[in-house]
Amino acid sequence: MNALTENWVAIGAVSDIPRRGSRCVKNGDTTIAIFRTVDDHIYALEDKCPHKKGPLSQGIVHDGCVTCPLHNWVISLETGQAQGADEGGTLSFGVKLDGDSILLDIGGAR
Amino acid sequence: MKKKLVVVGNGMAPGRMLEHLFELSPDGFDVTVFNAEPRVNYNRLMLSPVLSGEKTYEDIITHDDAWYEQQRITLHKGSKVSRIDRGAKTVTSDNGITASYDTLIVATGSNPFIIPLPGKDLEGVLTYRDLDDVEKMLCAARAGGRAVVIGGGLLGLEAAAGLRQQGMEVTVLHLMPSLMERQLDPAAGYLLEKAFADRGIDVITKANTHEIVGKDGQVAGVKLDNGTVIGAAIVVMAVGIRPGIDLAKESGLNVNRGILVGDDMQTSDPAIYALGECVEHRDQVYGLVAPLYEMAVTIAENLCGNKAAYTGSVTATKLKVTGIDLYSAGDFAEAEDRQEIVLRDATAGVYKRLVLKDNRIIGAVLYGETSDGPWFFDLLKKQTDISDMRETLIFGQAYQGGSPLDPMAAVAALPDDAEICGCNGVCKSKISNAIVGKNLNSLDDVRAHTKASASCGSCTGLVEQLLSLALGEAYNPAAVQPMCGCTELGHDDVRRLIVAKQLKTIPAVMQELEWKTSCGCAKCRPALNYYLVCDWPDEYADDYQSRFINERVHANIQKDGTYSVVPRMWGGVTSSKELRAIADTVDKFDIPMVKVTGGQRIDLLGIRKEDLPAVWGDLGKAGFVSGQAYAKGLRTVKTCVGTDWCRFGTQDSTGLGIRIEKFMWGSWTPAKVKMAVSGCPRNCSEATCKDVGIICVDSGFEIHFAGAAGLDIKGTEILGMVKTEDEALEHVVALVQMYREQGRYLERIYKWSRRIGYDEVRRQIMDDADKRKAYFERFVFSQKFAQVDPWSERVSGKDKHEFQPMATLSLEAAE
Repeated sequence: MNALTENWVAIGAVSDIPRRGSRCVKNGDTTIAIFRTVDDHIYALEDKCPHKKGPLSQGIVHDGCVTCPLHNWVISLETGQAQGADEGGTLSFGVKLDGDSILLDIGGAR
Repeated sequence: MKKKLVVVGNGMAPGRMLEHLFELSPDGFDVTVFNAEPRVNYNRLMLSPVLSGEKTYEDIITHDDAWYEQQRITLHKGSKVSRIDRGAKTVTSDNGITASYDTLIVATGSNPFIIPLPGKDLEGVLTYRDLDDVEKMLCAARAGGRAVVIGGGLLGLEAAAGLRQQGMEVTVLHLMPSLMERQLDPAAGYLLEKAFADRGIDVITKANTHEIVGKDGQVAGVKLDNGTVIGAAIVVMAVGIRPGIDLAKESGLNVNRGILVGDDMQTSDPAIYALGECVEHRDQVYGLVAPLYEMAVTIAENLCGNKAAYTGSVTATKLKVTGIDLYSAGDFAEAEDRQEIVLRDATAGVYKRLVLKDNRIIGAVLYGETSDGPWFFDLLKKQTDISDMRETLIFGQAYQGGSPLDPMAAVAALPDDAEICGCNGVCKSKISNAIVGKNLNSLDDVRAHTKASASCGSCTGLVEQLLSLALGEAYNPAAVQPMCGCTELGHDDVRRLIVAKQLKTIPAVMQELEWKTSCGCAKCRPALNYYLVCDWPDEYADDYQSRFINERVHANIQKDGTYSVVPRMWGGVTSSKELRAIADTVDKFDIPMVKVTGGQRIDLLGIRKEDLPAVWGDLGKAGFVSGQAYAKGLRTVKTCVGTDWCRFGTQDSTGLGIRIEKFMWGSWTPAKVKMAVSGCPRNCSEATCKDVGIICVDSGFEIHFAGAAGLDIKGTEILGMVKTEDEALEHVVALVQMYREQGRYLERIYKWSRRIGYDEVRRQIMDDADKRKAYFERFVFSQKFAQVDPWSERVSGKDKHEFQPMATLSLEAAE
């Protein structure tokens, strides 16, 4: 897999994900969490908190962040970076919309 | 020999005068106060929050009985002075009390003006002036219907907002074309009218009332000059006040509109001062508190022989309706020689207007965003030349001097004599000096010593910043810990406002209470969700996305992302059939660990999320329901075997435990609730370290509460003894309901009850049968909506998306 190659895959519809919620996409051994914010922005992060690998898809989504269910780290949905005093980041994936359909870039995680 | 000082009237102005007098001369005067109202001194500025339900009468008392006793003041409550004998230097009240004076202070305040309309004497025509009026309005509000408020000024609007919040339909009638025309220009008046319309209050301007229509001596409606009739259960007249001068006039003092005084506040009789809203000074009559306080200080100084003079006041006004920010000061009529600077942001609902004359501010109107009000007011009072900052003036203090300053710097930059508290006329240096000189370290201390922030409270933020400036890290504004970074409000304030303002959704709470983030955070959302579930059990729809994952999927997340499942075992009792079903489920789903819990149940650990619905399906077939081992709710009721088996057992502890668990399962609480019932004082089920525990004895049931055996270890407190199982259940349920209604989210019973006091819990649950029964009834009502097994719901398809991946991509597709 080349990090510079884009590889867009349709994964489902925006309406499949509850607002302020998340669903997972399994890609081989990797689980990618797809988030939908209150204002219908879609983001994709690897489903692993940089702290202790907690499943971010199970967290509470608020503003542009998700709070990890295990130890309450707050992760930016856009960058995958931990907020506040915590340090660390998780992989983020490109997402674009084609009408109601969500396309995920599994070619190169950022 | 002490001088005899008699005060007629017990409002806020004489209260302040006496305080200042005792500071100057603790033992110089023998004081007698006559109060026409049958109560102690309270903060009239805060009547509107009492009407809207945001505060209680007790919250607004400024001087209680103890204060009068401590200062050795003779207070005659409910005694209206009807005669002053200036020759004999005595006053006499209508209930026959006579007191003689060396110096007399007349502080008879003002009376609401009653428009001489036909029907003005009907039952249900009210004014808005004192606590009696508020009580009458609250009483009317309980019966519902429409209230018509005549007068769209400060008081009328506050009354209208309060009555609306109490659930009445409200119409405001205003004679002039725009609201609050004496304090606001038409543009701000329009914004205000719109804000009231948004709250469901009808505002009719240019409304000339023709008569109040009655039926059987009771108000039925209001008829306007144009023939319109508006039905009304009550009519509130809030068209202004008139100085109360009758007593002074009959006593031969010089009066005009008010009682005439000089700069020394003396009336035409040198032994008599006049103070407050009854005064006319340099052709001015005042109805706001700040000038009255300045007069009060002047009189206290003069009584002690210090020559002080009152030279009049410039006043600023703030509307006290939660959610509407409005500030106005000075003169803002248009004229040839005046210019104005206006900032409008219609979407944000912000409007700011400064009126300038000769490069000085002479008037300011702020709507929507008022934090710079005191700064503009300071520039206005000092007549500061603003030419240097004219271009950025309207943006406020933070934009002066190049880059925006942090808020602390803005306060630090204020001059020493800048007024911080407008109500009590307290300047910055007085507060700062008191903090340092008297070692003050809390807001309450500052309020006690300087009065700053002690009246309407709108300067609280500034006072707290001064505390931070003076004390640095040492200042801990623990008085109210905000819920989270999204709001300044503490849990208790939020809970009270949810009820007072009838907020029934999370967006409504965030909108009305001015949340700083667009959709909250992981701290406040679960808390708000709980408060709404608790307060509106039948109306509120649970917000799934505001639940912590465990409550969302009804299982406990483990460190590796798998879940654990705990089926309910009523009272810790199980059977071979249940155990067999558990064993089969474990085998079928290859569940790696089975563990007995401390709450007498069985925990199945390591279940993949996708398998949860199928696991629940199998357990459900054997009759299991969710044990809610994940919930901020009722967890377990641990029992011992009691009279069924135990040779020491005194009661059927197992049966009672099962009965309590079956009655209370499914209820949400601020934090988890664990219970136990022991059959005898040997206490095998360890009831004395539970949130609620029962110890059975021969003569009945001893109820315990507020134990802990986690982060903290604490034995229980005894609530009391009851004789029957039915009573035990009623008391336990009522206690939990009281906690549900008052607890802060994530606050366990032992912390909540320590905060409010164990005796208070005993008083409400043990001693007050009516209260207990009401709590019990409310719990029973909420259970109608709570006792639904979440597992069977999900087995039949609810929240299906939660347990399935959205898509599974093959590796080929990824290449």
